This record gives sequence, C-alpha cells and structure tokens, in this order.
Amino acid sequence: MAEIAVASHPIDAVLRRDRLPHIWCPGCGIGAVMACYARAILESGIPLDKHICVSGIGCSARVPGYMNLDTYHTTHGRAIPFATGLKLVNPELQVTVFSGDGDLFAIGGNHFIHAARRNIDINVFCVNNFNYGMTGGQAGPTTPMGSFTTTTPYGNVEPPFNLAALAAACGAVFVARWTALHVRQAQEAMQRAMQKKGFAFVEIVAPCPVSFGKSNDIGEGVDEMWMYRKQCVVNDDADVTKIDVTMGKEAELVVGNFLDIERPAYMGYGKEVLGEA
Amino acid sequence: MAEALLRRPLDGATVHIPRGQVFIIPDRCKGCDFCIDFCPRDVLVESQTTNTKGYHYPVVAPGKDGECANCQFCTIICPEYAIYTEEAQDSPEANPPLAEVSQ
Ligand SMILES: Cc1ncc(C[n+]2csc(CCOP(=O)(O)OP(=O)(O)O)c2C)c(N)n1
Ligand code: SF4
Ligand code: SF4
Ligand code: SF4
Ligand SMILES: [Mg+2]
Repeated sequence: MAEIAVASHPIDAVLRRDRLPHIWCPGCGIGAVMACYARAILESGIPLDKHICVSGIGCSARVPGYMNLDTYHTTHGRAIPFATGLKLVNPELQVTVFSGDGDLFAIGGNHFIHAARRNIDINVFCVNNFNYGMTGGQAGPTTPMGSFTTTTPYGNVEPPFNLAALAAACGAVFVARWTALHVRQAQEAMQRAMQKKGFAFVEIVAPCPVSFGKSNDIGEGVDEMWMYRKQCVVNDDADVTKIDVTMGKEAELVVGNFLDIERPAYMGYGKEVLGEA
Repeated sequence: MAEALLRRPLDGATVHIPRGQVFIIPDRCKGCDFCIDFCPRDVLVESQTTNTKGYHYPVVAPGKDGECANCQFCTIICPEYAIYTEEAQDSPEANPPLAEVSQ
C-alpha cells in the first residue's frame, strides 16, 4: 500500500482552501496549532457560524485569514478588546482570540490582564514562539533570559513572563500550556476552553526556526519538536508560579491543563447589577 | 514455540491490527519532516523527487507497505495539511487476525 496522491485534506472543511499553502516558513509550528483549533471547532458541536476568530498582528495572527469562519484581523494588540465587544453584543457567539506572544503580551498586555480580571467569556489561544517572528525576530515579553534575538545580540537580560502564572493571577478560569508537538492535548484543551464560561487561556509553545531556533542553537523546527519530546513533563497539578519556560538544553518544560475553576463571568455580573435588558 | 504461545494475546483470534492508507498532497508539503520523524512505525521517508516548490515530501518507505497503524499522528502534526491516513480497505485475507499471523 504505497501512498496515494490526492488534492484535498479532511481539515479543508473548515479552511479557506484557495489560500493554501499558507505563508508560514518550513518547520514553523503555527500551522500545526491552527489545525488543533480547526479540529477543536469541528469537534465542539457548536455550529460553524457561531465560531468567531479574532487576531491582532503577527505571523500567528494570520490564522483568521485561513479559517473559513467569520474572522477579524484587527490592529496590533487590539484583538482582545475587539473580541470583548463582539461577545458583549452577541453572547451566543463562541469568540476565540488566536494570536502571538508579542501581540497579546507586549502591545496588548493591558487588554489581556483586564479581560482576565473581568472574566470576559472568550478563549485566548496564544502561540508562544519567544519572539516577534513577523518583524524579524526581536525580543519580546516571553523571550527567555540569555536568548539571542536581533535586539538581544549579547543574550536577553530581561526576565520573561510565565504566561500560565500571569493568566491565573489575573483571574482566568481555565489555564493550559501545551506545545506544537502535543497536538491531541492542545486540541482537547481548546475544546475545554470553548466549553468554559469565562476567560479561558491556552498557551501553545511552538517553533519559530527562522527567527528563534536557529539563533539559539536549537536548529530547525523538527529539532525544537524533538526538544519538546525529550524535555516536556506533563503535570496538571503543577504550581503555575514555578513553571517558567527557560528553553534550556536540559530544562524541564512543564505542560498540562493547570487550572479549571468557576467564577462568575462578566455577563453574569451585568445581569445581577443591571437586571435583564 | 512455547514462548510464542505464551506471548499471544488472549483475544488474538478476533482482534485485527488497524491498518492505514497514506494520502499525500505533494504540492502542499514544505519538507519539515515532522511526519517522518514522529511516525511511531517509521513508515515514512522523504521522496526521491521534489514537489513544484522543491521540497521532498513524505512517501511510504520501501518495505513498509502495510505497516501504517492508522494512528493519524501524521495527519494531525502536519503544519501544511499535506498528509492524512484512513483505515485501509483490506479484505480479511489481506489483514488476518493476529493468531493467523503468528502461525
Ligand atoms: C502599532 C504597531 N506596532 C508595531 C507593529 C510591528 N509588528 C508587527 S507584528 C509584531 C510582533 C508580533 O509578534 P508575535 O505576536 O509574537 O507574533 P509572531 O510573528 O511571533 O507569531 C510587531 C511588533 C505593528 N504592526 N503595529
Ligand atoms: S518567522 Fe517564525 S513565526 Fe513567522 S512564519 Fe516564519 S517560522 Fe513561523
Ligand atoms: S498514521 Fe501513524 S503509523 Fe500511519 S504513517 Fe501516519 S504516523 Fe505513521
Ligand atoms: S509534516 Fe507535512 S509539511 Fe512536514 S514533511 Fe510531512 S507532509 Fe511535509
Ligand atoms: Mg511570537
């Protein structure tokens, strides 16, 4: 049974086929993470016309352009306020923000912390590739200390955010971290996020070989995937404050579904205080 | 012989090993090797020829026909949606129960 050449893929059902192949580099992890999102949508039981995908700017933020849904590619950092407006106006929608570490935590950081604090009922899926891939590999808020980027030629001296701890501290009700290799687990976490009432955050660590892997002696995308295979430890019960991602050659990279709690979502407060419209 | 008998699963006469048929969309592939490296059965290798963009896409390795377990990891790890598998449409003769295989 040799392979058979064909022209389409089962996942095309939820993609804009005419736009493929996508723009991402060989070995980039974003495509695999987008497929997790696409499968989560297909498995969610929620009709396609209720799913909305919103992004800011960056390589990761190109995802809405390939999803065959109602999608919005907003300005840099502003995906969360845009998504918040959509959700408040039409609470029936399943609103997902899909964007990168720089977009969500540098220019968009303030929106993230306040949406989590308010417990806005949206999903935020962040591809964390430790740099601003799209603009040539600058350091950002998740760049590990010591890492080489175009703006840290002597090694990064700033401590990065631990995104899982940040989300939990700000009030998210669901917090998970997986990698582009953990495609089944990432899909499942995304489905759980969709079911969750409130602010649900899934970080997906992914290779950016062009702007991060090569300059940090990791190598190609597949080499970073092997790093995940060897160094990831699954621990749902991990203390989120102690699971920084260092990308060290021997360091553990802790992944899991760390937090799943109940807390009134923003719309709930609205009804208590304001009554039915 | 005795060892072979001991190692035979109790339900070996009824359980079929799942088998997959590999489908490829050659021109979508960017040659990242994710599917090749992480296939648990080492079914895939890079093609000898290249696609229209110059990448070596995956093909079933020589001698690996029938080895795909249809686990679909290649399907879900491919960042280009360029490979997938489906359960092979084998006749029962071509996909015998384990008990027969080990005779
Ligand atoms: C207001 C504004 N400032 C700066 C930029 C330049 N810019 C484009 S993408 C980007 C960073 C994207 O990083 P990230 O979100 O991590 O996405 P990645 O490309 O790594 O997936 C920046 C700074 C911009 N487009 N708009
Ligand atoms: S620059 Fe990095 S993040 Fe952007 S497409 Fe290329 S590998 Fe992916
Ligand atoms: S389905 Fe599994 S066994 Fe078959 S080729 Fe893909 S990864 Fe390998
Ligand atoms: S995972 Fe996809 S893009 Fe990568 S080598 Fe395999 S078929 Fe090609
Ligand atoms: Mg980034």
